[in-house]
Amino acid sequence: MTTNQGIGAAVLRKEDRRFLMGKGQYVDDMVLPNQTYAAFVRSMYAHAKIRRVDTTAALAAPGVVAVFTGDDIAADGLGGLPCGWLIKNKDGSPMVEPAHPALAQGKVRHVGDPVAMVIATSKAEARAAVGLVEIDYDVLPAIGLLADGVKPGAVLVHDEAKGNLCYDWHIGDPAATDAAFAKAAHVVELDLTNNRLAPNPIEPRAAIGVYDIAADHHTLYTTSQNPHVIRLLMGAFTLHVPEHKLRVVAPDVGGGFGSKIFHYAEELMVTWAAKKVGRPVKWTADRSEAFMSDAHGRDHISHARLALDAGGKILGLQVSTLANLGAYLSTFGSSVPTYLYATLLSGPYDMPTIYAEVKAVFTNTVPVDAYRGAGRPEAAYLLERLMDKAARQLGVDRIELRRRNLIRPEQFPYQTAVALQYDTGNYQATLELALKQIDHASYDQRKAESAKRGKLRGFGISTYIEACGIAPSAIAGALGARAGLYEAATVRVNPTGSVTIFTGTHSHGQGHETTFAQIVADKLGMPVDNVDVVHGDTDRILFGMGTYGSRSAAVGGSALIKALDKVIDKGKKIAAHLLEASAGDIEFKDGTYRVIGTDKVKAFGEIAFTAYVPHNYPIETLEPGLEESAYYDPKNFTYPGGCHLVEVEIDPETGVPEVVEVAIADDVGTIINPMIVDGQAHGGLAQGIGQALYEEVRYDAEGQLTNGSFMDYCMPRAADLPNFKVGNHVTACTHNPLGVKGVGECGAIGVPPAVINAIIDALTPLGVTDISMPATPEKIWRAIQAAKANKGA
Amino acid sequence: MKDFAFHRPTTIKDAVALLRAHAGGKVLAGGQSLLPVLKLELAEPSDLVSLAHVKELHDIRLDGGTLAIGALVTHDQVHRSPEVGKAIPALATLAGGIGDAQVRNRGTLGGSVAHADPAADYPAALVGLGATIVTDRRKVAAEDFFTGLFQTALAHDELVTAVHFPVPRRAAYAKFAHRASKYALVGVFVAETAGGVRVAITGAGAKVFRLASFEAALGKKLDASSLAGLTVPSTDLNGDAEASAEYRAHLIGVMARRAVQALA
Repeated sequence: MTTNQGIGAAVLRKEDRRFLMGKGQYVDDMVLPNQTYAAFVRSMYAHAKIRRVDTTAALAAPGVVAVFTGDDIAADGLGGLPCGWLIKNKDGSPMVEPAHPALAQGKVRHVGDPVAMVIATSKAEARAAVGLVEIDYDVLPAIGLLADGVKPGAVLVHDEAKGNLCYDWHIGDPAATDAAFAKAAHVVELDLTNNRLAPNPIEPRAAIGVYDIAADHHTLYTTSQNPHVIRLLMGAFTLHVPEHKLRVVAPDVGGGFGSKIFHYAEELMVTWAAKKVGRPVKWTADRSEAFMSDAHGRDHISHARLALDAGGKILGLQVSTLANLGAYLSTFGSSVPTYLYATLLSGPYDMPTIYAEVKAVFTNTVPVDAYRGAGRPEAAYLLERLMDKAARQLGVDRIELRRRNLIRPEQFPYQTAVALQYDTGNYQATLELALKQIDHASYDQRKAESAKRGKLRGFGISTYIEACGIAPSAIAGALGARAGLYEAATVRVNPTGSVTIFTGTHSHGQGHETTFAQIVADKLGMPVDNVDVVHGDTDRILFGMGTYGSRSAAVGGSALIKALDKVIDKGKKIAAHLLEASAGDIEFKDGTYRVIGTDKVKAFGEIAFTAYVPHNYPIETLEPGLEESAYYDPKNFTYPGGCHLVEVEIDPETGVPEVVEVAIADDVGTIINPMIVDGQAHGGLAQGIGQALYEEVRYDAEGQLTNGSFMDYCMPRAADLPNFKVGNHVTACTHNPLGVKGVGECGAIGVPPAVINAIIDALTPLGVTDISMPATPEKIWRAIQAAKANKGA
Repeated sequence: MKDFAFHRPTTIKDAVALLRAHAGGKVLAGGQSLLPVLKLELAEPSDLVSLAHVKELHDIRLDGGTLAIGALVTHDQVHRSPEVGKAIPALATLAGGIGDAQVRNRGTLGGSVAHADPAADYPAALVGLGATIVTDRRKVAAEDFFTGLFQTALAHDELVTAVHFPVPRRAAYAKFAHRASKYALVGVFVAETAGGVRVAITGAGAKVFRLASFEAALGKKLDASSLAGLTVPSTDLNGDAEASAEYRAHLIGVMARRAVQALA
């Protein structure tokens, strides 16, 4: 049977039936018998010693079942939250890894740091009792801003981290880079910041811990992108129970954007406390809590220098970055500003030499970790701002400067100066496609038309690359990762031929239940409705490292392909037996086994049935059943890339910027479902434009979070965005069986510099040379005023 | 949210009596300001007196030169009302720009006026048009009604029942919204009334205020060019992370000019 629902088909999302019917099952929807409710007492101070915690009044409050403090978890030997990636200093010594207790031990280090946990029979009672926990603080001076953390004599967030440095790391060849600068005709320099963001998935984090005393077994329902990783970390580091005594379930999850990768205190606490109180313990964050406890993203300050020859060809790049890690090392916080950032600094350009230094800094703020793009947006922003500045400085057209420096198709595989080897791509093709989509040839007319309406129009470009499909375990391990980064899949063919697959990746908006079913439909020749996709349960799925870094299709999809190949091969043996041929003479196509060159056929369903009802079966040489599992460890990262173009209009009187055109051309490798790929691009672009124009977590110098609500923190809304023109030019990844590269993050990576470059372009005639993100109306207005004053002077 | 007693009177008289009986009570109209405040536990009233079952505060009437709008008329109803659109189109436009669709479907004129948020839109229209606030016991001129930051001339047990807007010759409202909250960072209402040109500013100060210098200039000639060269001192204006006082002062000039250009 043939199917039009395979790879490349815009199949409607299977999961949307339950979501649109309101039948999704999220952690907070679950109500377990006898469940209790947890609420956390959080620090209102950025930095303070805890002199005393008095729980007497809270314990006496109505409905309160228990109150736990740091002393209780210390007495039970609960482990601190670990960091999954060891970064080494320039001198080879390991980074500083301060303890990260689930409840504060004598000191709080950021606003929102949990100090005590209240458990009550209702959510209202738990929350009411939070106010009754009396904490006697000795308030300390705090580091609220990244730049202040490295000032001489700065207050220490952790005594063991001198100068507040977690590590001082570098990559690349300093001598070769110095030499490149020595012979450069042009040196372009830029200081820039990458603004701190709150991930803000629509569903706040939630967790329910359950303990079965009869089986001595824990279950944790949690909003996670990677339940197996959470089980691994809880088993080995925090809860100290063996894996077979702990089940972690991540049911429907309403978005993560990275923030639900990490192992958090609250999920550990509810699991631990469920055993203590003998009842299920449930916790659901509210939005205010999310702002002060979900890991934030970005927050870099960088100085960058680009060396070019007289012809505008790049000779080398020097980068020095301060990266804010927040108050504690989050699960992957250390890897983001290093191996997910500096290794991307070659961008899509042929760059002979690079040297980058990164100082990672502790501050009295929420921990910083991976957020959509994770390091790669920071690299793309730095590089693309630098390219624009170079073009202006050299008097070369911005598109032309990129054309001169893009890696050419014949240069692949391309070894960068910062460790990565790009397998394939065609950056010229995506650049030309994007220009065509935005109709760049008639840009001047649009600019003139804007001017008639009193608006300043600007054009912005960004040619970017990312590294996805994380990651080859051996390479990641050599770079400090404390886990493998393969993926696993099981294909269970049911006796009547329908298929259930089990994947270690997790879908929290990505549409895996559809795209993974399409892979099966394509390989086995069946409709997607015959395929069910199971994810998010450590008891049902053999193993998995989860979903992040645009890895699910590239790594999880490849594992699925391997398992499907095993199923097909076993089916060949069964078919050979039934058709009285040798397995080598059997082909499988469109759901049918055939003796090559004959009309002797068996449908896939017949083979499945035979496997489970083996009356006529090669039982001496073949086991019954038709279920296969496979692990896949990628050979390399994948390298999606492309070109994002933006046109903005600025109201010169108010400074208000409006993004009026967005046209992108991405190369995400083979496209499984074009509708879902477009949707991923749309979401990423919205978040990327959010970073460029609207979003910024603001701390004051004392570490107070000053905009922790949607009344103050501005999320992009549909009305703020134009219709996106999304195009794709596919070069298939050369090292995975699907040829996929990954699409989850490209929008958030490529578009922020294009927006800022467009704004600066619009303001260049006035003399404005720099605007930082987010480009707020007042910032733009002030830049215009300052430029006017400069010109007047 | 803390527990409270909930009352649902059917008459204004009963509502007033309930407020009189409960010193810690609060009036609940559309709840678009009160409910978030309760959820964040910024207020902990002992009693909520809901006006949901009070029938008589829902009318919009055009009576000669006065547009009377009941306190429980929602922003969306004002926005879509043919009477409002005909008599004072600027008021319909203003109501259509409050918050978002959900807020406009629940939020009420009386609730907004009584809450007196310094960044709310309605106060600019009330003061700009020289409206009269009608309560269960008296009438108060808009300029006397808004007394400070979230402060009004209302007694604890006093209810806004309607607002009477004199119909102007022409009026317009130009708003520069906070990007996240959609409240006015600066909102300028300009009206050409029988008593002269009035200019009222919301969002920029502790409460809505009139701008005498702009009114004088526009009184001579009601044209945007009359505002050329006029500046607003930033001294007493609000300043925050979204917009400094200087920026707000600048925006008052820009929005006033745009309001004048949009007069209808």
